Amino acid sequence: MVAETRLLLERIGSPDILTVEGVLKKGGYASLKKAVTTMTPEEVRNEVKHSGLRGRGGAGFPTAMKWSFIPKNTDKPIYLCCNADESEPGTCKDRVIIDHDPHLLLEGILLTCYAIGSKQAFIYIRGEFHRGAEILAMAIEDARRHGLIGERIYGTDFSCQIEVYRGAGAYICGEETSLLTSLEGERGYPRNKPPFPAVSGLYNCPTIINNVETLAAVPLIIEKGGEWFAQFGTEKSAGTKLLCISGHVNKPGVYEVPLGTMTLREFIEDFGGGVPGGKKIKGVIPGGSSMPVMRDEELDIPLTFEDIQAAGSSLGSGAIIVMDETVDMVEAALIIAKFYAHESCGQCTPCREGARWFVQIVEAIHTGQGQPGDVEMLLEICKSEYTSICPLWTAAVWPVRAFVTKFRDEFEA
Amino acid sequence: MFKIRESCPDKVEDILRRFPQKKSASIPLLYLAWDTYGYVSKEAIQEVAEILGTTPAYIQGIATFYTMFPMEPRGKYHIEVCNNISCFLMGANTILETLEKKLGIQPGECSADGQFSLQAVECLAACSWGPCLHLNGKEYQQLTPEKIDEILDPLMKEAACVK
Ligand SMILES: Cc1cc2nc3c(=O)[nH]c(=O)nc-3n(C[C@H](O)[C@H](O)[C@H](O)COP(=O)(O)O)c2cc1C
Ligand code: SF4
Ligand code: FES
Repeated sequence: MVAETRLLLERIGSPDILTVEGVLKKGGYASLKKAVTTMTPEEVRNEVKHSGLRGRGGAGFPTAMKWSFIPKNTDKPIYLCCNADESEPGTCKDRVIIDHDPHLLLEGILLTCYAIGSKQAFIYIRGEFHRGAEILAMAIEDARRHGLIGERIYGTDFSCQIEVYRGAGAYICGEETSLLTSLEGERGYPRNKPPFPAVSGLYNCPTIINNVETLAAVPLIIEKGGEWFAQFGTEKSAGTKLLCISGHVNKPGVYEVPLGTMTLREFIEDFGGGVPGGKKIKGVIPGGSSMPVMRDEELDIPLTFEDIQAAGSSLGSGAIIVMDETVDMVEAALIIAKFYAHESCGQCTPCREGARWFVQIVEAIHTGQGQPGDVEMLLEICKSEYTSICPLWTAAVWPVRAFVTKFRDEFEA
Repeated sequence: MFKIRESCPDKVEDILRRFPQKKSASIPLLYLAWDTYGYVSKEAIQEVAEILGTTPAYIQGIATFYTMFPMEPRGKYHIEVCNNISCFLMGANTILETLEKKLGIQPGECSADGQFSLQAVECLAACSWGPCLHLNGKEYQQLTPEKIDEILDPLMKEAACVK
């Protein structure tokens, strides 16, 4: 069995790392000092480019490439928004960093601000993370007192502020353009792209949005080098990844592993501890509830972004949800369909209406009121998957389509 | 309606100072209003609108978009139980049923004495430690019916004494 490889989570559990004094003793903020005193922003960006780091928020976009979309010589302020909305069902990894090593995240934010020329970062954190927001606010205050946030950091020309902004219960605000509308104090409606946020984002200024786990990887990359980071994982899935495993397993939890060193099934058995009671697996959702469910016989593939994609699903946010043979797949589909219907912001007709129809039809099937043609109707609605402003509608379609096609007998029973 | 501005003028100032544009203050001010008024009442909305120099209708639209803001009074103890997919697989239904029986209320209701209210909510990002609930914002994980007794019995005893 491959062991857990704790790079991002290395300090987790050591005493005192919630304070600046404690974290400095563990090498905290050394990368920040190194970057601002000995490297140019371009050199920082290059290290991240060589690391092969890809976004950990779900879409897997190459991080350095995203940063490069900021217009050169803009006279507007540049903003960084850290996406700490963590709301995709199954996902509970970012909070491990927020709650247990907040200074790692702050250091990653400061380094990224330095790299992209930003003086102001916001951490958009879901409202339900009361404790996490408090921990971050205290860590920021502490870092300010030590001169690590604020004016002329380490005596250089680099100045940077970080603010925490609490959302208030809306899954859609994890979508990056919705996050920005929400941070502007409005109802969190997604916006059409283009313009992309890197060109016109928060208050119409160039803005980079990155996930917590993405930003938390930056200090390591600067400390040890991009090439060092890239040696973990595979070419397309560089570095380690935090995986959350939940559902029917003996050892649910958050584990950090290098991708490509085991199969999806091995991860479920070795890290998740297998299924309780020796039951069989019926289905696995490999990347958060919006990703297509996989059947038991599909699990013997390498655990990487690219292999899971080739199998027709996605590692998404890294949330692996295991369902044993006793699960009623119609009921599972119904819970997921209800979630997306509840969270649709209602701007686009296919999403607003389609998500509701999904619930009505699947609920009818679940309560024994199904009609002939229901399955065909569900699949027909799925065809409008790419007709909306934001990908929430796609996120609602994928699970329904996968549940219906892979467990069709249960929907037609 | 000057309740927020009277009870915590510094906090209002601090919130307004923190953002490059004033309108970003709406959600932080709604949190403050919730704290001050006990829930997001008509008066609370009116005051936030006054602080931001906008209309109550506009603020109302924002408050109702976000599910966390209570537009009506809740129980002294407000319980939110996740019933999304991971928690469901790990036994959230049993937890919800235990709570319904114990408190004699359904999700969305408040007990007659105003002590407890119950709500079924979406994923709380504790999926690997489910089933889970929030009690007045504090998280409880890996719930069992016995754990529910442990959490609620002292509060129910206290509620009975008050009566
Ligand atoms: C409906 C929806 C919800 C999302 N929720 C989150 C979230 O909770 N956290 C997150 O980091 N990204 C979320 N994303 C992805 C973001 O839009 C964005 O791609 C990401 O934050 C970019 O960061 P990264 O490049 O570091 O991954 C969501 C996307 C969609 C369409
Ligand atoms: S796809 Fe759905 S959530 Fe996204 S903008 Fe359209 S209606 Fe809103
Ligand atoms: S599904 Fe319950 S906390 Fe995520």
